[in-house]
Amino acid sequence: METLISIITVFILLTAFMLILQNRIHNMINIFIGQSILLAAATFLTALKTNELGLYISAILTIILKAIFIPYLLRYLVDKLNIRHTVATIKYPFLLLIGAASLVLFCYHLIIPANNTIAIAMAIMLLGMLLLITHCKAISHTIGFMSMENGIFLATPLATHGMPMAVELGIAFDVLIAAVLFGVFFFQLRSSIDSLDVDRLNMLREDIE
Amino acid sequence: MIAFYLLLLLPLFGTLLMLIVGGSKISGYFNILIATINFIASIFVVHYFLQHGAFTAIGQQFYIDAFNLLIIVLTTFTAMTTAFFSNTYMWHNITIKRINHKQLLLYHLMYQLFTLMVLLALTTNNLGILWVAMEGATLATVLLVSMYRTKEAIEAAWKYFILCIVGIALALFGTILVYFSATNALPQADTRILWSILVQHANNFDPAIIKIAFIFILVGYGTKIGLVPLHNWLPDAYTESPAPVTVLLSGILSNVSLYALIRFKILVDHALNNNLTGNLIIGFGLLSFMVGAVFLQRQRKMKRLFSYSSIEHMGLIAIAFGLGEQTAIFIGLFYILMHSLAKSAAFMIVGNIIQQTGTQTLEKISGLIKSQPKLGWGLIIATLAIAAIPPFGIFTSELMLFIAGVNFSPFLAIILIIGLIMALAGLLRNIQPVVYGEPTNITRTSICITPAFLHLGLVLILGVYIPPTLQQLLQKAVELLTK
Repeated sequence: METLISIITVFILLTAFMLILQNRIHNMINIFIGQSILLAAATFLTALKTNELGLYISAILTIILKAIFIPYLLRYLVDKLNIRHTVATIKYPFLLLIGAASLVLFCYHLIIPANNTIAIAMAIMLLGMLLLITHCKAISHTIGFMSMENGIFLATPLATHGMPMAVELGIAFDVLIAAVLFGVFFFQLRSSIDSLDVDRLNMLREDIE
Repeated sequence: MIAFYLLLLLPLFGTLLMLIVGGSKISGYFNILIATINFIASIFVVHYFLQHGAFTAIGQQFYIDAFNLLIIVLTTFTAMTTAFFSNTYMWHNITIKRINHKQLLLYHLMYQLFTLMVLLALTTNNLGILWVAMEGATLATVLLVSMYRTKEAIEAAWKYFILCIVGIALALFGTILVYFSATNALPQADTRILWSILVQHANNFDPAIIKIAFIFILVGYGTKIGLVPLHNWLPDAYTESPAPVTVLLSGILSNVSLYALIRFKILVDHALNNNLTGNLIIGFGLLSFMVGAVFLQRQRKMKRLFSYSSIEHMGLIAIAFGLGEQTAIFIGLFYILMHSLAKSAAFMIVGNIIQQTGTQTLEKISGLIKSQPKLGWGLIIATLAIAAIPPFGIFTSELMLFIAGVNFSPFLAIILIIGLIMALAGLLRNIQPVVYGEPTNITRTSICITPAFLHLGLVLILGVYIPPTLQQLLQKAVELLTK
């Protein structure tokens, strides 16, 4: 059981890498679904091992929210805004990969004396952040943020056997609202800068004279 | 005790009520009514606290002590005065067709939801719920920032949204690490997340993990406070959002984020027994203070000017908490009160000015003191209060902070004095031409300036005299926050 969970966490880390180097929005959503299913599987296996009711519920929540609802919402928005075929350019894929790998090493170096899985969770979270920084499409930002959340959600079952139920529900609810707000923003951005390329948001900056 | 439940139930009720009546003229009055009763309820909670001391409620899920009580009273007070101010302000926006009734509904709904979330964050004993409420408060204000739907407003709201949710996600990871580090010390899962329990067992936590946890929490909640270099969203969001929303963000939300950070600081201090947290916070605070003081020199927009002054003041408050000895903590708490009152007054006055002149560009406005004396005087008084001119309360806090800084290190004192003079000069130089000189054309509209003067009056009075009840609360909070 323990090994199986470890293998799954490694696969989640792999999906985080795949997300960073992916430039098609459609594929990104698919990889994200895969990541969420793996996360739910890891949570479910931990639940079997420890027999905690909260973890079962957490696994179900992950499936409903991250593997079904959010991807559905994203696909709906992609169709609605007609950006299905847009390709995001990744400027230096090789450098990016090295950066991502060194982030993982850094996390290991930092956390390994304490706990293996926390290190992986932290790596996934930071990789999600890297995705946010390097991509310029608003929709990639959504996926980056949700991938960050996946990393955090991985830490709860594996390292702490779940937070109290009220907290888990609260966090899930906040993630849900955030996803909806992302959707609202896509329309607002579209109407204001006629694109979802957030690099074009450059009206507000400090003039250095 | 009933008052305590009311504190949370009223905004909840208000949120539901706004779904029904929101968008109409009457909803503004309901907003005022609920906020006012809420303030009165918080006074009763203070009364209860003074008789019984710190207490928990609903199976230890809620915890009230002197520290959060101070900020609760400040929050409900500011929420009340802002409700008065925003009623006039938002209704004027409806009459000039800047927003429609749907947006007014959104505004009032989110106003109540925001109050609920902030009060939940302040009263909860559960660190997980604290995070949920902080995120909730952020999400509630995001759509308010983009309310005017201009390009700038949408850009500002997007920045605010993405930076704050990413930042606060890091704080969640930090919270989980704290939870994890307590595994050995506290085997019971359901009490391991409660602050009042954690703080008693903090010396048994895993020090290596909790150090990393604090870094994440500092970066996470620091983003919401607007500490440099995590402040990028702050000037934009403050400048582009409607004035009442700016008041909510600067007068309430930044304090609550600071509150969350300090709660964790206490915990980590107990666990580590060294000055790591204090030094980190001083570092961030000092940087914010200096950047704020430099950047407010060359601003063209009025609200942007004051938002950099917010960064500067939040930096100073952070330094006070970072210093960590008794007087410094006292100053920090007192400074939070003073800054919050003065800054929200300033933003209310600026909001009125924007409605009268139709612009917030500094160069386009002058001679307010002749054309609209109330606003002109209000602006100059608010600026003097913020620039720490005696006898206002901010002067008292900065003077005491300076003395505490000298004790800590003369180097810190030198930076403080240079920064303070720069900030004073920057504010006065930018505001002076707006108030004096030849008056520009303005359109006279209904203004709501009384709440702002009430705030400024309080800053003035508290600067020279602290009432015994407040003194008692502050003392108790100081005892709580010093090791």
